[in-house]
Amino acid sequence: MFKEMHDLFRWAWLIPALPFLSFLLIAFVTKRSKGLSSTISILAILTSLGLAIAIAIGLIQSGAELVEHPAIVAVNWLNIGGLKIDFGTVVDPLSTMMLFVVTLVASMVQIYSLGYMHGDKGWSRYYAYQSLFAASMLGMVLATNLLQLFIFWELVGLCSYLLIGFWYFKVSAREAAKKAFMTTRVGDFGLLLGILFLYTKFGTLDFVALATILNTNFQDVALIGTASYVTVMAFLVFMGPVGKSGQFPLHVWLPDAMEGPTPVSALIHAATMVVAGVYLVARMYFLFDHADPIALQFVACIGAFTAIFAASIAIAQDDIKRILAYSTLSQLGYMMFALGVHSYSGSMFHLMTHAFFKALMFLGAGSVIYAMHHKQDIWEMGGLWKTMPITGTTFFIGILAISGVPPFAGFFSKDEILATALHNGHPIIYGVGLFTAFLTAFYMSRLFFVTFCGPAKPENHTKESPWSMTIPLIILAFFSVVGGWVALPEHNFAFFVHYGEYEPEMIDWALAGISVLAGLLGIGLAYVIYLKKAISAEKIVATFPGVYKVLQNKYYIDEIYLWIIKYIMGGIAQVLYFFDIYIVDGIINGIGFFTRSSGKVLRKSSTGQLQTYAMVFFLAVVIIFMVFAFGENQLTSLNPLATLGGVK
Amino acid sequence: MNLSNLSNLSVGLSTYLLVGAMLFSLGLYGVFSKRNIIAVLMSIELMLNAVNINFVAFNRFIWNQKVDVHYILNGHVAALFVIVVAAAEVAVGLALVITIYRNRQTTNVDEFNWLKW
Amino acid sequence: MVGTVVFFIFAIMAIAAAWGVVTSKNIVHSALYLVLSFLGIAVLYVLMNADYLAAVQLLIYTGAVAIMIVFAVMLTLRGDVSESNLSNHNWGWGALVATAVFVMIALVTLGNTDWRVLATPWTSGGSAADLSLLLLTQYMVPFEAAAVLLTVALVGAVILAKGVKVSNESK
Repeated sequence: MFKEMHDLFRWAWLIPALPFLSFLLIAFVTKRSKGLSSTISILAILTSLGLAIAIAIGLIQSGAELVEHPAIVAVNWLNIGGLKIDFGTVVDPLSTMMLFVVTLVASMVQIYSLGYMHGDKGWSRYYAYQSLFAASMLGMVLATNLLQLFIFWELVGLCSYLLIGFWYFKVSAREAAKKAFMTTRVGDFGLLLGILFLYTKFGTLDFVALATILNTNFQDVALIGTASYVTVMAFLVFMGPVGKSGQFPLHVWLPDAMEGPTPVSALIHAATMVVAGVYLVARMYFLFDHADPIALQFVACIGAFTAIFAASIAIAQDDIKRILAYSTLSQLGYMMFALGVHSYSGSMFHLMTHAFFKALMFLGAGSVIYAMHHKQDIWEMGGLWKTMPITGTTFFIGILAISGVPPFAGFFSKDEILATALHNGHPIIYGVGLFTAFLTAFYMSRLFFVTFCGPAKPENHTKESPWSMTIPLIILAFFSVVGGWVALPEHNFAFFVHYGEYEPEMIDWALAGISVLAGLLGIGLAYVIYLKKAISAEKIVATFPGVYKVLQNKYYIDEIYLWIIKYIMGGIAQVLYFFDIYIVDGIINGIGFFTRSSGKVLRKSSTGQLQTYAMVFFLAVVIIFMVFAFGENQLTSLNPLATLGGVK
Repeated sequence: MNLSNLSNLSVGLSTYLLVGAMLFSLGLYGVFSKRNIIAVLMSIELMLNAVNINFVAFNRFIWNQKVDVHYILNGHVAALFVIVVAAAEVAVGLALVITIYRNRQTTNVDEFNWLKW
Repeated sequence: MVGTVVFFIFAIMAIAAAWGVVTSKNIVHSALYLVLSFLGIAVLYVLMNADYLAAVQLLIYTGAVAIMIVFAVMLTLRGDVSESNLSNHNWGWGALVATAVFVMIALVTLGNTDWRVLATPWTSGGSAADLSLLLLTQYMVPFEAAAVLLTVALVGAVILAKGVKVSNESK
């Protein structure tokens, strides 16, 4: 046991606490002062970033210690009738990695927002929400037990709602916020059921305790129940990530979430909140590991399907943010199926690298949108590289990273996932992943070539964005380049972040070569169609009009859901409405009616005539006498009258 | 009582009590079924008289003793008070009847139904 | 012997008169029957050696209460006198209940062996002197209360019968 905890890890709780404090200050104190609000917020998140980097360095220095024995600081929060819940922080490689990613991207986004949100009337409110989100996400990452995680999970969802609907005067923004919240709610319901089930079965929600129970006692069927229990729990818990991480079929909220400001999309819907689901599966991996293999197979299938499904939609989209949103969905699918094929390290590695280059590209897109005076259709753009060199260069780095071109970040992570998939015996998923890599490279390059290359349209007066926006781009581009290199040293990423036994894996250069080839093919095809114009895009569309229409309309999933809600749920609601009106209300009204009518009958006894009353009175006397006299079955003799006459 | 000894008939307590019971029941019937309020009051007087007979009869047959200076005459005293109260009650009751008659021009009990629903 | 005969005559007279009170259709007849009943009861008192009480019964009941009733009848008579004391529509139920009560009391009376006693020799109490001794010593408080009651009843009856004077200003 790591007895003398590195003092630094005791202060891990400051990391979420500082942004939360910033949120409180902005919300209650500095609302009027725009400058103060943003300063406080950015200071808080930068301090958290510094702390996170310090913790990361401490972690690397301590070697493998924290992998086996995470540094946990917890205080008992709830102790009600057997339910003991702690509130604390856990510092292990997984949470350290997440801390670094979240604080880095959050601070970049907040600095970027100085430029992007300039002049917006809701400036303070924006920074308050940003701080709250940072605090919630960091709190979730540091959670020691499922309940604490769930609390922050919900908080993060709330922040997403608030930030998507930030421009609340736009109807589309309001609708999108509601849609996001409600869709993730469906998933959260399953997660909550899973949590309850876990608690009733194991009596604890602490991660370490649960892992210990499942790892050591797995042979004890009496304690664990059959493996089917654990499988059900795993499925239920997985519902949460399906909603939060945008897996099919609960992916519908993420593209609509692009109604929020672009920095918000970069932070929440690319790099941090949506990976909360993947993080949860990683945290609860011991549960999935001990469940029936079908659980992980299900995870893998959903992930892989989402990946190719989203990628196929992305090739037919025209809005720059929508393309990036579907790209995010696709990459989330990658992370999910990586977990499904037991590529724990690969999934987490991809989570980290994806955060860097996706945030980079979103911020770059924001830069473009800002320069285009908030126009988002890529066909109205063109030749922006000339006028916005920094944005263009950094965006290009992001494209190369996501396409898996070495030596950029995406190559290492994506390759690790695909290699593990094939080595662990999932050739179909490997094929799907490879094809999706090709599609990813294709549509991202399409985006780049249409937006940044080609002839510039004269009606767009674009210029480079201010320094507040370009510096985060440069920093993120830097990480997109070097981020993958943590796979190379001896104590590489997988050394720290892994599940179960550590097996150092050498890079399979043959498979790596194939995936690089797929990426380059994608870029090449896009180059040919959109830059060289050798193959006409219009002709392809004309050849497959139906396919194009389906892809462009996102497979009509939204329409199907609306139909289901309107007719099926509406029908059920109608039936229940009639039940409520006629049966439930009928019973209540019936009771009232019965009372009234019996009253009507009974009031006839109040005749107002004293003679009747007197008669009833004496009749009662006679009856009572008879009851007394003959009550105890003494009908034969007149002795019972003794009770009245005193006969012996 | 033995019917063969009808000539030796002596009247005991039970007889007086039965007489009282009959008067009481007749008075009760009058209270229930007469329409004229004055007839009802008369029936009430009958009932009170029946009660008096009971008191006096018990006093005569069972409590026929002398204790120190006093004779046991509690029954008589009770009957006396009943007479006093009955008299007062008749007075006031008839006054009420006259008042009602003045207002409503009727002594028919059926029409005194202001407590009706 | 004589006592028994007298008892039966006057007991039957009292009961028959009571029957007349409740069944007569003529209210004046009812009132007179009532007087007859009171008389019979007074004789029964005498038979039970309650002299003073018999006198009081005659004085008050027949001499005051009955007269009051007759006066009230006179003041409130309306319509045909021979139809002035009819039975109401519930007389059947009334008869039933009254009979039931009588049966109940009779059962109790006859079933009680303690009460099958004959008269013991009279201790010769029951005169006014004996009664007044009791009234002014043991039953002093009820005596005074009765006095108050009578006063109140007197005043109340006068007020009620006189009616409330309508003041001239409210016209």
